[in-house]
Amino acid sequence: MAFNINTIRDDFPVLNQQVNNQSLVYFDNAATTQKPVQVIQRISDYYLHENSNVHRGVHHLSQMATEAYEKARQSVAAFIHAAEPDEIIFTRGTTESINLLSRALVPWIESNDEILVSAMEHHSNLVPWQQLCAERHARLKIVPLNEDGSLDLNFLEKMLNPQVKLLALTHISNVLGTVNPVAEIVKLAHDKGVPVLLDGAQGIAHSHVDVSALNVDFYAFSGHKVYAPMGIGVLYGRKTWLKRLPPYQFGGEMIDQVTFEKTTFNQLPYKYEAGTPNVSGALGLETALQYLSRIGLDEIFKHEDKLLQSATEKLEQIDGMRIIGRAKQKAAVLSFIVNGIHPYDLGTLLDQMGIAVRTGHHCAQPLIDQLGIPGTVRASFGLYSTLQEVDAFVEAVKKAVKMLRG
Amino acid sequence: MTISEKEQAIIGEFSLFEDWMDKYTYLIELGKDLPLIDEKYKTNQYLISGCQSRVWLHAELVDGKMVLTADSDAVITKGIVSVLIKAWSGQKPADILNASTDFLDKIGLAEHLSPTRANGLLSMIKQIKLYAKAFQIKQDQ
Repeated sequence: MAFNINTIRDDFPVLNQQVNNQSLVYFDNAATTQKPVQVIQRISDYYLHENSNVHRGVHHLSQMATEAYEKARQSVAAFIHAAEPDEIIFTRGTTESINLLSRALVPWIESNDEILVSAMEHHSNLVPWQQLCAERHARLKIVPLNEDGSLDLNFLEKMLNPQVKLLALTHISNVLGTVNPVAEIVKLAHDKGVPVLLDGAQGIAHSHVDVSALNVDFYAFSGHKVYAPMGIGVLYGRKTWLKRLPPYQFGGEMIDQVTFEKTTFNQLPYKYEAGTPNVSGALGLETALQYLSRIGLDEIFKHEDKLLQSATEKLEQIDGMRIIGRAKQKAAVLSFIVNGIHPYDLGTLLDQMGIAVRTGHHCAQPLIDQLGIPGTVRASFGLYSTLQEVDAFVEAVKKAVKMLRG
Repeated sequence: MTISEKEQAIIGEFSLFEDWMDKYTYLIELGKDLPLIDEKYKTNQYLISGCQSRVWLHAELVDGKMVLTADSDAVITKGIVSVLIKAWSGQKPADILNASTDFLDKIGLAEHLSPTRANGLLSMIKQIKLYAKAFQIKQDQ
């Protein structure tokens, strides 16, 4: 299936609407993506014809649901090239995945240990580690950035000392668009005996994820950022890790034998999937990943790159424009600020013109504070975004700037 | 003029604009007339939380009427604050407590009233009412 933007857009009816009497330009994909009808249909079909609780039933429907759910797990494993499906834990999303890991790592982190995070992290890959360090009397250290928003690799290397128990890093920054050279970084960390967690919330949608080739220890992502429903996410963890870490939530599904006095736990992956899972979510995620694979990831990334380039070049023509995040490797996320204009004002006027972008700190307050700005306007593209939309967006920014400069 | 009369006047002014661009241009103009908060009150204590932009608000009681001053670093926010202050400043605390925000709906600023995290307008309204309550209690003593 070749990349045909029109047939693709037909799969996303939500895009075909008017906002404030203007055609919607949905450039908030880093916040959440839209879902193709195929994904919506899969969820619908599940509830219309297949719904049942999984793993425990002897009856037909429950067996069908279990098979479908486990097949979805296999599909996700194959998509990110995990060694086996047991290494795929279904969660509610990236935030839950990271919280799960931070709780499981409690016994692993001791007094005076260090955890490294970068200065560009989303709160979800910062706060859990900050809190864990506080709880365990360990130290959170921040890997600094270069001027262009790329990670300072020299500094990182120096920070990797024997006290460091974990490096938690974003694959692609949701503010700066920076694509971190994760293969190189994982190798660097492993050479010093440091395991790595990658926050793949943006990474999963805008790059090839091969956890085996990366040799990464943990990878977390959300379904809703990759054209799948909300409420489903994944924590990938290498089996050697997940086998020895303690469980996170307790209750049904994750148990083996239960008495009033004690409980033994289930094997992977169920050890980490307490309670009834989001079966329809998992099926939706599988369908979304299949949808992408059919179109071709390379085609999609090539398309997004064109959008990013066009938008960047055209915005730069505007007087007083400041692009925030100028790393050489960037993906689909374009943050900017215009001198003398508050991002909130710009975003409000863009909305009046049907342009959906996000303004503010984008869940990265420390980064925004460090940059010394009140926030940014962020345009983020998806596979269905078009060059015409980019043009409409740029014209709208020009118009808004003119109005605000009065 | 009562709050109600002031609100009606504002609704009247805004109804002259059909085009969103004209409405927002007018709003930005109104922002320039905002009774500015004294620099000495531009501290964290007077900052309204819940805003993407920074908004400072101060209230004091003068001859039994509540006088509001404010400032913001975003011009649309400044305009919205200006509208609110135009309607409610210089009134008795009891009247401010009873005032509703329906008029903001009527001038088409409803989207700014949605309970999102970035909504400072609701926080500001709450803060104004808290001031009014405090002044009312003080007056009754």
